[in-house]
Amino acid sequence: MASEKWIRRLLCAAAMVSTAAAFCILLVLIHLVLPLFTSGGLGTVLSWQWLPFQGQFGILPMVVGSLLLSLGALVAATPLAVGVSCFVQVLAPDKVRGACLAVVHYMTSIPTVIYGFVSVFLLVPLMRQWFDRGTGFSLLTAMIALTLLILPTIVLVFHATLREVDRTARATCAALGFSRPSYIRRVLLPLSRRGLLAAVILGFGRAVGDTLISLMLAGNAPMIPSSALDSIRTLTAHIALVVATDSQSTFYHSVFASGLILFLIMILINLALRRLGSSLAP
Amino acid sequence: MTSAQKRRLADVATLALCWGAATGTVLAVLAVMGFLICRGTGTLGMELFFGQVHWRDALTGARPVFDGLWPAFAGTLILVVLSCLMAVPVGIAGGIYLSEYATKRFQSVAGFAVDLMAGIPSIVMGLFGFSMVVVLRNTFAPQAKTCLLLASLCIALLILPYLVRTTQNALSGLPDHLRLLGPSLGFTAWQNTRHVLLPSAGRGILSGVILAMGRAAEDTAVILLTGVVARAFLPRSLWDKFEALPFRIYYLAAEHRSSAELDQAFGTALVLLMLTGALFGTAFFIQRTMEHHWKK
Repeated sequence: MASEKWIRRLLCAAAMVSTAAAFCILLVLIHLVLPLFTSGGLGTVLSWQWLPFQGQFGILPMVVGSLLLSLGALVAATPLAVGVSCFVQVLAPDKVRGACLAVVHYMTSIPTVIYGFVSVFLLVPLMRQWFDRGTGFSLLTAMIALTLLILPTIVLVFHATLREVDRTARATCAALGFSRPSYIRRVLLPLSRRGLLAAVILGFGRAVGDTLISLMLAGNAPMIPSSALDSIRTLTAHIALVVATDSQSTFYHSVFASGLILFLIMILINLALRRLGSSLAP
Repeated sequence: MTSAQKRRLADVATLALCWGAATGTVLAVLAVMGFLICRGTGTLGMELFFGQVHWRDALTGARPVFDGLWPAFAGTLILVVLSCLMAVPVGIAGGIYLSEYATKRFQSVAGFAVDLMAGIPSIVMGLFGFSMVVVLRNTFAPQAKTCLLLASLCIALLILPYLVRTTQNALSGLPDHLRLLGPSLGFTAWQNTRHVLLPSAGRGILSGVILAMGRAAEDTAVILLTGVVARAFLPRSLWDKFEALPFRIYYLAAEHRSSAELDQAFGTALVLLMLTGALFGTAFFIQRTMEHHWKK
């Protein structure tokens, strides 16, 4: 039938649009970064100083900032996520389990800007009081807020693996006389290592890509921090700050380069996840 | 320490970690919400939305609202509607194709691209929109600027992969007997999809759409680079700058000049939280009823 064919073509076109969009974005970014390679501006962008009015457009401090912040949040969020997932799957009483999972699901829907906003008025004054140093806008502050932001992502992915493993192993281990905590430690966690790795990589992607938390909480000073109480600037915040405030087009190269770096990180993450047989989308 | 003692200790530590992590997480969420509700509830009311202007004048746009969040609220609504108009048909159609028509090879390639799209940080999506303006300015439209249409387009790109994936998953999760039902009655592939599979997967797709709406409403980074401003009133056309709730929250958190403005910020945050919460609740409820439906 003719209409059948056309519907098929239409659906195919829609699928192509969804597929092509990602490559389009990559191509546009590469196209805009390309002048750096031909004009030899690459060296000025990949350097350690961001002093734009003196012609130094280094974004390496932001790369370090992004990595430090994301890895820090990841280190804090991973044990928490493992704890929550095991609690939900093994330890929780039936009624608590549903509620706990619902809360974790709900966390994914809380806007990032709300986490940032609440942290500005709740966490930042606390940090200022506790450490009695600086403004309270620091790497550590952003790390705490970011931990909360990426936690549900890690929990939900890891819990899905845990549920599968638990289904096959639970009865056997109960028959062997494992206590529930040692069942978690000796059987459940070792068997779901791959799932945990996928969940952690996904959480990392979410952490690197986040803008609002670091923009609102990390202080945005483009430097290498010497302690967790120092201010940092991430790649994402750098893009937002430069585009939203300075409008000199000579600065834009560093912004496009930042965007391209973020995009490349995402490609790596996707390839890693693919090898683990998992995906970023729900 | 004997090994039995060591094991006991490790057991206790495991229990403590699990209970502690779960309690801590729930408490943190309660703290975030409690703090907002505490500080924000008092500000809720007509004045928060419309300031000194009568609501009827504000809704019709007869008088501009100066000190209320109505322009931002309207901006966010328009943004969500526009981006959904663009993304939902394409996303659902793409998901149907991937699930029902595509070859394994295409599924794999497209799946990678869609996952990649889902992973693109929203600021990079915003940067893409912004660079479109830069490119346009340098070529054939020197007066091009960021605007509502551009922001909706970028938000649409942001939510597109979610729509594709949820549609695809909802369809491919259907039991086999449904998939065979249509062909056994002589349906063509599309008739089967249209009259059997889509209605059965409808709830899953719908909850995906609602979750996507939530994402569109909450995203700040994209609109930050594509035309949101602190004061724009209601957008008069697609080429106008606009206000939006999440940006208003971000802006007021950094730039509030009086305690009244700070109260406004808390009120705005609470309104956004209620908006996304309502969307999430609806999607969650739909999903729950769907699971019950198939488990029977």
